Amino acid sequence: MNDDHQSAHPGNGLRESATFDRATIHAIQRAAATGVYDIRGWGAKRRLPHFDDLLLLGASMSRYPLEGYRERCDTDVVLGARNAKHPLRLDIPVTIAGMSFGALSAQAKEALGRGASEAGTSTTTGDGGMTREERGHSKHLVYQYLPSRYGMNPDDLRAADAIEVVLGQGAKPGGGGMLLGQKITERVAGMRTLPVGIDQRSACRHPDWTGPDDLAIKIRELREITDWEKPVYVKVGATRTYYDVKLAVHAGADVVVVDGMQGGTAATQDVFIEHVGIPTLAALPQAVQALQELGVHREVQLIVSGGIRGGADMAKALALGADAVAIGTAALIALGDNHPRYDAQYRELGSAAGFYDDYQDGRDPAGISTQDEELAARLDPVEGGRRIANFLRVMTMEAQALARACGKAHLHHLEPEDLVALTIESAAMARVPLAGTNWIPGMTGSGL
Amino acid sequence: MEALTGAVPTEVHDLAAASVRDLNQALHTPGVAKRAAHWRVLNPRGAHSVACGLNEELTVAVEGHVGYYCAGMNQLAAVTVHGNAGVGVAENMMSGSVRVRGNASQSAGATAHGGLLVIEGDAAARCGISMKGVDIVVGGSVGHMSAFMGQAGRLVVCGDAGDALGDSLYEARIYVRGRVKSLGADCVEKPVRDEHLAELTGLLAAAGVDADPASFRRYGSARRLYHFQADNAY
Repeated sequence: MNDDHQSAHPGNGLRESATFDRATIHAIQRAAATGVYDIRGWGAKRRLPHFDDLLLLGASMSRYPLEGYRERCDTDVVLGARNAKHPLRLDIPVTIAGMSFGALSAQAKEALGRGASEAGTSTTTGDGGMTREERGHSKHLVYQYLPSRYGMNPDDLRAADAIEVVLGQGAKPGGGGMLLGQKITERVAGMRTLPVGIDQRSACRHPDWTGPDDLAIKIRELREITDWEKPVYVKVGATRTYYDVKLAVHAGADVVVVDGMQGGTAATQDVFIEHVGIPTLAALPQAVQALQELGVHREVQLIVSGGIRGGADMAKALALGADAVAIGTAALIALGDNHPRYDAQYRELGSAAGFYDDYQDGRDPAGISTQDEELAARLDPVEGGRRIANFLRVMTMEAQALARACGKAHLHHLEPEDLVALTIESAAMARVPLAGTNWIPGMTGSGL
Repeated sequence: MEALTGAVPTEVHDLAAASVRDLNQALHTPGVAKRAAHWRVLNPRGAHSVACGLNEELTVAVEGHVGYYCAGMNQLAAVTVHGNAGVGVAENMMSGSVRVRGNASQSAGATAHGGLLVIEGDAAARCGISMKGVDIVVGGSVGHMSAFMGQAGRLVVCGDAGDALGDSLYEARIYVRGRVKSLGADCVEKPVRDEHLAELTGLLAAAGVDADPASFRRYGSARRLYHFQADNAY
């Protein structure tokens, strides 16, 4: 921000405050003018320790790399074999995270389903229930069981390939959902049993259980209803991850999904997005530790999400012990969210391409985070699906390239030993050595 | 399990001898209603998830107390619990009916979309929480936060209601004959007009409850929370 300011006013000597930068000044002015807190989407914008702060150690002398064009590096993953008669068998360890119909248009949901299916992976419903577009075009569909229970019915439960019990979301652990009235069309309202046009509040906790002991009983009920056929995931927002993962496993989860602070959202309070939860990088080793201590690492699979942007993030997450990653915001960008071709229209809305986050308004020029029929029609689900599939393939190929460089014949052979950290903070969070040392802050001695 | 002879075949499942899993698997078998439309479940002894996920026109009589989530997500079936029910009885019911002869624990009928839930005794806290179209008739009293965030359907309470009745209510309608300890945010008393008396008469009749509809008061949403405002936060 400071650099931007100086470049905008070269040589004038003006200096922006690091404490009261322009975004902060604007936030104060907006709050003073409106008397309400800012609601927006798209997840945390602050700089957080992330996978960019880690590097992979490619092979040289002490390790033997694989030939990129002739030697295999497999990518398949099985999710939920612990209890389910029919676990999910995915071709690639990257899935589409839960995003609701309502928050997203039907075209966007269809495109996500098409793309995921083409790439051999799963997509996930959201707070709005299951749409025919998404089920019809998703080979593997994970049905979220959310506190709101909007649209929840046993037919859809049985039509799903897996069930994800959502306890929290990385962008807002402990917070409920918000879908403002401008996006509550007749169809969205019908699915959610709400009047058209009113602000929809989703509860922050499930209505019929009060803690981890109840969760175990709830999971058994879901298994009973679906005759133990489907894997049951438990999704938590990254906070007290070590304990949450242990409790989820005790409750019977087949798969644990940990969503870090960089995870997106359709709409919630800015103060929540930026100030609650912990970074994905910090949560992942905690989750792995919990699984390892319970002796179920790789038996209960771990999916990590929250700001996953490409193959490098995926490879690093897998190296730290995840079985798969999930993408949300990156998938929306692949679909066309914040694309420069809509820049003029973003500017009409007071934003710009690359900055648009007012998903709650439902006026998304890209036709993705909207229920406006004319805007939504801009998104061709077939073309969108192709873009999603392309992106998933590129992510996978990138991860394979990195894994081969580390001498790995399967993405799951990546391990913490393949990683070093660039900063002390990331070394401490990821529990890998600071680059050029054998020092893991908080875990090993300080000697080089 | 044994099939009893008689004009109407009844299947008996003894949970002292076989598991809840066995029971539910049998009840989920496609076409089960043609083979045996009437079921008796013996010795439930507080078991969880008894007769959940039913999807055909069955009658199921559970002879004893049940634990959590009995008749959860019921569709089409008529389930009667001849005892008390634990947390979340008939949660997310879609259609059909569930009757509890005794008392029910908290969150009875939570998020249920349709059908009729009758609790002849009392129901604990959060009865009808996030109800989405179900009709619930409670012969006794309900605990605090009942019908919290109720979206649609009707809750009839023949006894008293605890604190914060109908908090953050959407379009669910509430009738209470006894005392209401307090109303939740945005829940207000509303006049009982002829159409409400008719509605209440029908619900009481369907539930088999003998009570004078004219003795009930009606509560609903003031709709002040329908759009986000700073002064709605507290």
